Amino acid sequence: MASRLGSGVSGVSRRLGRGGSVIGGRAILAVDPRALDRLAVGRPVALVSGTNGKTTTTSLLRAALATAGPVVTNALGANLPPGLAAALAASPPGVPAALEVDEAWLSRVAASTAPRAVALLNLSRDQLDRNNEVRVLASSWRTTFGPALPTTVVANADDPLVVWGAGMAPDVRWVGAGQPWTDDAAGCPSCGARIQFVGGDNGWVCGGCDFRRPPLDVRIEGDEVVDRSGNRTALRLSLPGRANLANAAMALTVAQVLGAQPSKAVAAMSELSEVVGRYATVTVGGQQARLLLAKNPAGWLEVFDFLRPAPLPVVVAINARIADGRDPSWLWDVPFERLERRLVVATGERSRDLAVRLHYAGVEHVHQPDLLRAVAAAPAASVDVVANYTSFQQLRARLA
Amino acid sequence: MTSAANGTVTVALLFPDLLGTYGDSGNAVILARRLAWRGFEARMVTVRSGDPVPESCEVYVVGGGEDLPQALAAQELGPAAGGPLRRAVDGGAAVLAVCAGLQILGTSFVGPDGVETDGLALLDCSTRRGSGPRAVGEIVVEPDPGLGLPTLTGYENHAGVTTVGPGSRPLGRVRHGVGNGDGSGTDGVRSGRVLGTYLHGPVLARNPDLADHVLASVVGDLVPLDDSESEELRRERLAAAGAPDLSRRGFRLLERLRR
Repeated sequence: MASRLGSGVSGVSRRLGRGGSVIGGRAILAVDPRALDRLAVGRPVALVSGTNGKTTTTSLLRAALATAGPVVTNALGANLPPGLAAALAASPPGVPAALEVDEAWLSRVAASTAPRAVALLNLSRDQLDRNNEVRVLASSWRTTFGPALPTTVVANADDPLVVWGAGMAPDVRWVGAGQPWTDDAAGCPSCGARIQFVGGDNGWVCGGCDFRRPPLDVRIEGDEVVDRSGNRTALRLSLPGRANLANAAMALTVAQVLGAQPSKAVAAMSELSEVVGRYATVTVGGQQARLLLAKNPAGWLEVFDFLRPAPLPVVVAINARIADGRDPSWLWDVPFERLERRLVVATGERSRDLAVRLHYAGVEHVHQPDLLRAVAAAPAASVDVVANYTSFQQLRARLA
Repeated sequence: MTSAANGTVTVALLFPDLLGTYGDSGNAVILARRLAWRGFEARMVTVRSGDPVPESCEVYVVGGGEDLPQALAAQELGPAAGGPLRRAVDGGAAVLAVCAGLQILGTSFVGPDGVETDGLALLDCSTRRGSGPRAVGEIVVEPDPGLGLPTLTGYENHAGVTTVGPGSRPLGRVRHGVGNGDGSGTDGVRSGRVLGTYLHGPVLARNPDLADHVLASVVGDLVPLDDSESEELRRERLAAAGAPDLSRRGFRLLERLRR
């Protein structure tokens, strides 16, 4: 009853053009606070959470699972309970669900939806004014994924905070998914001593206790995913960068837990070339602009990995709205010095913060707060545009 | 004689792995850059937890972070570790400490277990945990007139309540935001060359005059730099906090009257 009401409200809301899924979801949860539990019953559910890569990994997972039939997903990134409820309410019972979940809500959503599998990607600083401590999140995951929750956790073994979060789970597949950003995991969550990132086969190890990277069940070698038995699956992604190989390895492992056939899953994932506008190349005026998302220092480290090389200019868009975090101080944790020998166009609502950061980084730059004029100000036929969360949304809306 | 006298100045960034949550390591980058632009041989040394803390640097920068890493940082700087920061300050070094960094420089702060913990006592102030909501948002501070600095702008994010004792002075009066939060209407604490504040941003990105104030205390008078981009940022942030730059307006008014 409640779900029918919700989908009715959702339909009305969509007709009103308000992009209603979240509004519909709120109505569903207002009528029945346990609607998420009920909507999840009888269907295989996979959850994807972490600071970076949620939306892309969920899209890859959806593609992989869709090789076996219909899949429901919250593809637009509405990753709080109302968005999840709306997504589930819009699909028939029994249809498998691939859902991305905000990392601070994961514990509650996991308890509600009895997931078959949960992917834990990474944890790092994000939205400084709101999530005061990523360690609190890691600890809440650790409490959730204990023996009381029968699920398969697919966890990034290279991120000590994720390993802490998954460490009590009875069934874990450890994936060597990498985490170039290590500054939030320097202190051991178990004993407080310093964690040493030794790299290679050992990954990382605590200097004070026996907390260390667990043995890998799944590793990435070149563009191949290798499991413990030595089975190799080649990834031929359209999506760029190291981070997306990692996202695909995580998605593939989850898809296999839900019964997907690896070769079919990989073929489907390889066709994904953009994710809600991310990685898409669009024509702006006479220019080709590739749209990239980076919303925190860890995300920026991954973007540096596949940014087109100097001297091509780069447009960087920075906002500091609620969804971005109100405090853009994180710009000082990004090694923007790596953009030397090229022109950067600083744009977005907080472009003045960025301009000062680039000034001290010794990077040549111009300041143009308007997003489209900023692209035009980049003197190249083809340009990478890196935006944080709400500036990315604004850019897409302006380009639509 | 410090090495600053012959042109080499070392800025030590202390424990960015413990107290680097809010971009405060940018303060060290800014100090080193502003020296280099003026022809100093500027070095930036990053001291991670577990590393020995050098005592011979000219400037030390400590940032903000959470309770547990804050307590670890205090241990590594405290008497059990030989009090390296105390010795550096006694030798003439300047210190800029932000938020959790400010708190550990006082006489006491609250540890992760909620228990009062000894600080380094480089500043006469004590910090307890506030009972109200966390102070989060833009903050505007009118610095003590004796400092000769324009209005300070920053972003605060803390739950501490800091009371300044008679052995130190506040940095200034809060015009917008919370700051020390003890009812005195002040932000920050200073004693000699040691200066603490609740302002992130990082604080020196928005307040280049404060950066030069810290540097001048160890290298003497400095030639001005082109800070036009910081000026634009300052104007924008002060307007966003509903606090126009009174001091700069005052300067301009004075100039007009002189003419």
